[in-house]
Amino acid sequence: MNHAHVLASGTNTDEVARETIFWILCVASIGAALAMILVRRAVHCAMMLAVVMLALATMYAMQGAPFLAFVQIIVYTGAVLMLFLFVIMLIGVSSEDSVTETIKGQRLAAGLVAIGFFVILILGVGHAALGPATPATAANGTDNLSGLATLIFTTYVFPFEVTGALLITAALGAMVLAHRERTTPRPTQRQLAARRLESGHMAPDPPSGVYALHDAADRPALLPDGTTSDLSVSTVLAPRGVAEEPPSVRPRKEQDAITAEGGREPAPSGRADA
Amino acid sequence: MSPVHYVALSAILFVIGAVGVLVRRNAIVIFMCVELMLNACNLAFVAFASMHGNLDGQVIAFFVMVVAAAEVVVGLAILMAIYRARRSASVDDANLLKY
Repeated sequence: MNHAHVLASGTNTDEVARETIFWILCVASIGAALAMILVRRAVHCAMMLAVVMLALATMYAMQGAPFLAFVQIIVYTGAVLMLFLFVIMLIGVSSEDSVTETIKGQRLAAGLVAIGFFVILILGVGHAALGPATPATAANGTDNLSGLATLIFTTYVFPFEVTGALLITAALGAMVLAHRERTTPRPTQRQLAARRLESGHMAPDPPSGVYALHDAADRPALLPDGTTSDLSVSTVLAPRGVAEEPPSVRPRKEQDAITAEGGREPAPSGRADA
Repeated sequence: MSPVHYVALSAILFVIGAVGVLVRRNAIVIFMCVELMLNACNLAFVAFASMHGNLDGQVIAFFVMVVAAAEVVVGLAILMAIYRARRSASVDDANLLKY
C-alpha cells in the first residue's frame, strides 16, 4: 500500500473512508459476479463483468497500483469487454442460455465442488502468514510507474519480450481462424452491371422496411400481407388524377409490362402528364 | 484494509468464476467467467505486492493481463469459427469428438 499509504497516512477518517469504500466495492463485485453466473443473457453477463472489473480497478488504486488500475480500465473494460460484446452481437444478442441440465446433477456437483474448493482456499489464506501492508521500500523508485518500468525492463525483460512474441502469435492465430476462403470467384463490376440489367429493375432497391415494388411517390406501398395501403399515397395526387390505381400483387416483370403498355414510363418521379 | 481482506475477496471471486465455468452452457459466458477468475488472481497478486511492499506482484499482474488479452483474442476467433460451422455457441453442440 505504498502510494495509498502515503496518501492515507494521518487521520483516522481516511482509514474509515477506505474501509467503507472497500466494503461497498466488495459487496458490489461479489453481487455482480453472482449476477453474472445467474442471468441468462450474454449481454447482461458482459455488463455485470464490467461492474466487477471497475470495482477491481478501484481496489488496485486503493492498494497503491494506479498504473494497473488504469490498465484494468483501458485494456479490460475498454478493449476486452468490447471484443466480447462484438462477438455477442455477431453470434446473436437474443440467444439465451438453455436452462436444461445435460448432465444429471451437474449443478449440484458444481455447487459442492465450489464449496469444497472455497473452504480449502479460505483455510489456506487463514493459515498463511499474511501480514499487514508494508510501506514501499526505496528500491521501488520514486513512484509506482517508474518503479514498474524499472522492474519490467531489467528483471523481467525476458518475459516481457516473450509476451511480445505471444501477442504476435495471438494476432496471427486470430487472423488464420477468422479467415474464410472464397468458394466462388468475386464478381467483377461488369458482371454486376449485367446482372442488374437482366433483372429488369434498374433503379436502386427501396430501403429496408419499405414494402414496395417501385419507389415513386404515386405508387402505394405494399403491406406485409400483400395488399396495398392508400395511406402511403399523398392525398394531393388523387384529385389531380396522377395517382396510380392500386395494383394487384403481381410478379415484377408482368407489372412492368403493364405500365409500359399504358405509356407510363417507370421513372421514379417527376411525371409530366398531370 | 489489510491484504487478507483482498485475498479473501479474490478467493470468493475465483470460486464464483469457477462455478460459472462449470454450470454455464454458452461458450461466451464461459469465457467471461474465465476472465473473472483471471481478475481474481490479479487482485491477489496486487494484494501480495502491497503486503510485501515491492512491485513484483504488480508486474506479474500486468503479465497476466497481457496473456489474458491474447487468450481472449484467440478464444473468440475459435468461437467464431465454431459458430460459422455449427450455427451455435453452446458447448453442448460441439460434440463431434464425444465417445
